Amino acid sequence: MFSQLRPAFVLLVLLSALTGLAYPLAITGLAQLVFPKEANGSLVERDGRVVGSALIGQNFASDKYFHGRPSATSAPDPSDPSKTVDSPYNAAASAGSNLGPTSKKLIERVNATIESEFAAGRIDIVAADAATTSASGLDPHISPQYAQAQVESVARARNLDEGRVRALVDARIEGRVLGVFGEPRINVLLLNLALDALK
Amino acid sequence: MSIVGVIQIAVTLLLVFATAAPLGGYVFRVMEGERTLLSAIGRPVERAFYRLAGVEEGREQSWVAYAMSMLAFGVAGFLSLYVLQRLQNVLPLNPQGFDGVAPDLAFNTSLSFITNTNWQNYSGETTMSHLTQMLGLTVHNFLSAATGLATAFALIRAFSRAESKTLGNFWVDMTRATLYLLLPMAAPVSLALVALGVPQTLQGALDASTLEGAKQIISIGPVASQEAIKQLGTNGGGFFNANSAHPFENPSAWSNILEIWALLVIPFATVFAFGRAVLDQRQGRAIAIAMSIVLAAGVFAAYWAEAAGNPLLTEIGVDPAPGNMEGKEMRFGVAMTALFAAATTGTSTGAVNAMHDSFTPIGGLVPLFNMLLGCISPGGVGAGLYGSLILVVIAVFVAGLMVGRTPEYLGKKIEAREMKLAMLAILVYPLTVLGFSAASLMLKTGLDSLGNAGPHGLSEIIYAFASTTANNGSAFAGLNGNTQWFNATLGVAMFLGRFAYVVPVLALAGSFAGKKKISASSGTFPTHGLLFVGLLLGVIVVLYLLQYFPALALGPVVEHFLMQAGKTF
Repeated sequence: MFSQLRPAFVLLVLLSALTGLAYPLAITGLAQLVFPKEANGSLVERDGRVVGSALIGQNFASDKYFHGRPSATSAPDPSDPSKTVDSPYNAAASAGSNLGPTSKKLIERVNATIESEFAAGRIDIVAADAATTSASGLDPHISPQYAQAQVESVARARNLDEGRVRALVDARIEGRVLGVFGEPRINVLLLNLALDALK
Repeated sequence: MSIVGVIQIAVTLLLVFATAAPLGGYVFRVMEGERTLLSAIGRPVERAFYRLAGVEEGREQSWVAYAMSMLAFGVAGFLSLYVLQRLQNVLPLNPQGFDGVAPDLAFNTSLSFITNTNWQNYSGETTMSHLTQMLGLTVHNFLSAATGLATAFALIRAFSRAESKTLGNFWVDMTRATLYLLLPMAAPVSLALVALGVPQTLQGALDASTLEGAKQIISIGPVASQEAIKQLGTNGGGFFNANSAHPFENPSAWSNILEIWALLVIPFATVFAFGRAVLDQRQGRAIAIAMSIVLAAGVFAAYWAEAAGNPLLTEIGVDPAPGNMEGKEMRFGVAMTALFAAATTGTSTGAVNAMHDSFTPIGGLVPLFNMLLGCISPGGVGAGLYGSLILVVIAVFVAGLMVGRTPEYLGKKIEAREMKLAMLAILVYPLTVLGFSAASLMLKTGLDSLGNAGPHGLSEIIYAFASTTANNGSAFAGLNGNTQWFNATLGVAMFLGRFAYVVPVLALAGSFAGKKKISASSGTFPTHGLLFVGLLLGVIVVLYLLQYFPALALGPVVEHFLMQAGKTF
């Protein structure tokens, strides 16, 4: 057994240096050189200020913006760090709801979402993504159906012509490449940025 | 289910098969020490490593020495990873100032990464420093996969050689797998992932001020370099809590395809390398076909179940057309989520691009059943092949019983000793999974961890022990595993699933290697045809359904019928 110790520890140290330092640092250097935007999180700026990442969803509560999907992320409770409080789109702690298909909590939560969406006059049929939380809690996309369902209330809140808002939504649909790959979707942050830019 | 969904699945799998066969040839050449394109750069490094480590390259090991080396390497990895986590607060590259990891969690995580399981009782972005992620977790993503491939080749040599006392040299096999296969594949894959949007930086977190004026802290780090080997090495330990569902780990439909390809290609290539080593490609192909059938059956069962949506939500007015979207990401859709789920559990990867806990009962049964089979469709790097060969040995033995002739596989007689060792390996899984699950169900501390009530709660516990024992690492993550009970028992399950399984496998390899190679006669049962594929699948189904049917019936199966009947918990 003792004869095994030298190769075990020496090879561990050497291979660690190679795969745990040289490899990630070399990739970091190359990535920063060749793909600086992607390597640093695909940040989106407006007027020189970072407003978010194009890949990470953010929380929209106001009527003036299109809303993303419900998010199950949480954050430590400021008054008692051993507990957590709901904190949608907390990009420092990704999480899904992990509620099973027969969970009472799931059904009650979806019911509450449906009722508040109806009350806001935002939808007539409920798109699946409007009522369900994503796996990461940070899904940047919604379905075209959910976006279209929100057009009327967003246009009203902004005093904008509904047709213009609808055209904006349609223009921002990302379809399937070659008709096959990827799901039809809309990036909510980018849509809302374009909305803010409408005069 | 839609045609577009089926095409997405089919194209991705075709990419895997088209590349696995040529890669298999390369894997064979690397592991047998032949010169390859990379020898010019790799050879001097390799030689220097052996010199410093005191390894004599040409000196082969018996199965006992091979197993001892593997265990010693595991112990060294465990100790160093444990110390690194405990001390991360005083070490550099900790931009967010995380504390040292708690002892029980560090114990669990160390066993998790040295066994290629990558079960995560922590969430990466709130627990682990960049140094731990790189110098600890990334390293063992490489080395545990290399160890698996080494073990597979020890078993391959047992069949390709006649009357041999040795199986190769563990240190050489492990080093070559890292230097010539895993590292050269991880580098381009990680750069491709960066191009698709995966971050790679040493920063800890970014501040953004959202359109509504709130502050959003976005965790970031050296993600791509870890993501690449996490998939290629069938590891599955995510940089972030949400794993490959996090937009920074898997930003688009394209990265999703790349990641599925990466986790399937080496395990399939190893099967082709086996065919090459035993000088009969048809042998490798037969196993690959059986694996593919299990994989495809799982993909389509999960796709069908998830595409149907959750009837309980349909009833209250949710559009069922896109399928069951709870715990799924828009950019992947249901079809490519089902493929990911079946592929990640058919291999021992355990990365997830959706939350398996929120799958429909049958959708969740697929990954669970894949893991109860021991992850053999096509299995982890190396682990998939040795797991499958054990089943092949049993299938051949069953065929021998039917015709009343001493069974032989590739010219090697299968006798009482070999069958005992094969059964010893096979029995580690049910003993560990069912034993620990039963104990957890009887303890308050076990039940307090449940995230869901009713039959789904039972599924959560069985899933946890199936995942850790099969060294998979995916989770029904509603279960809170970060308790002393689960940190300890899941850790032990991972250890048993790897080492208590591998020692009988290596003993079996030693036993087969020493045997004469009998040439095939008209009485030999052919092991390359579709008849054998059917027999192998039959043995797999009988063996595992008998073991697990009662547990599965009380978990996902009963939940499926209760869901149809409108019952909630």
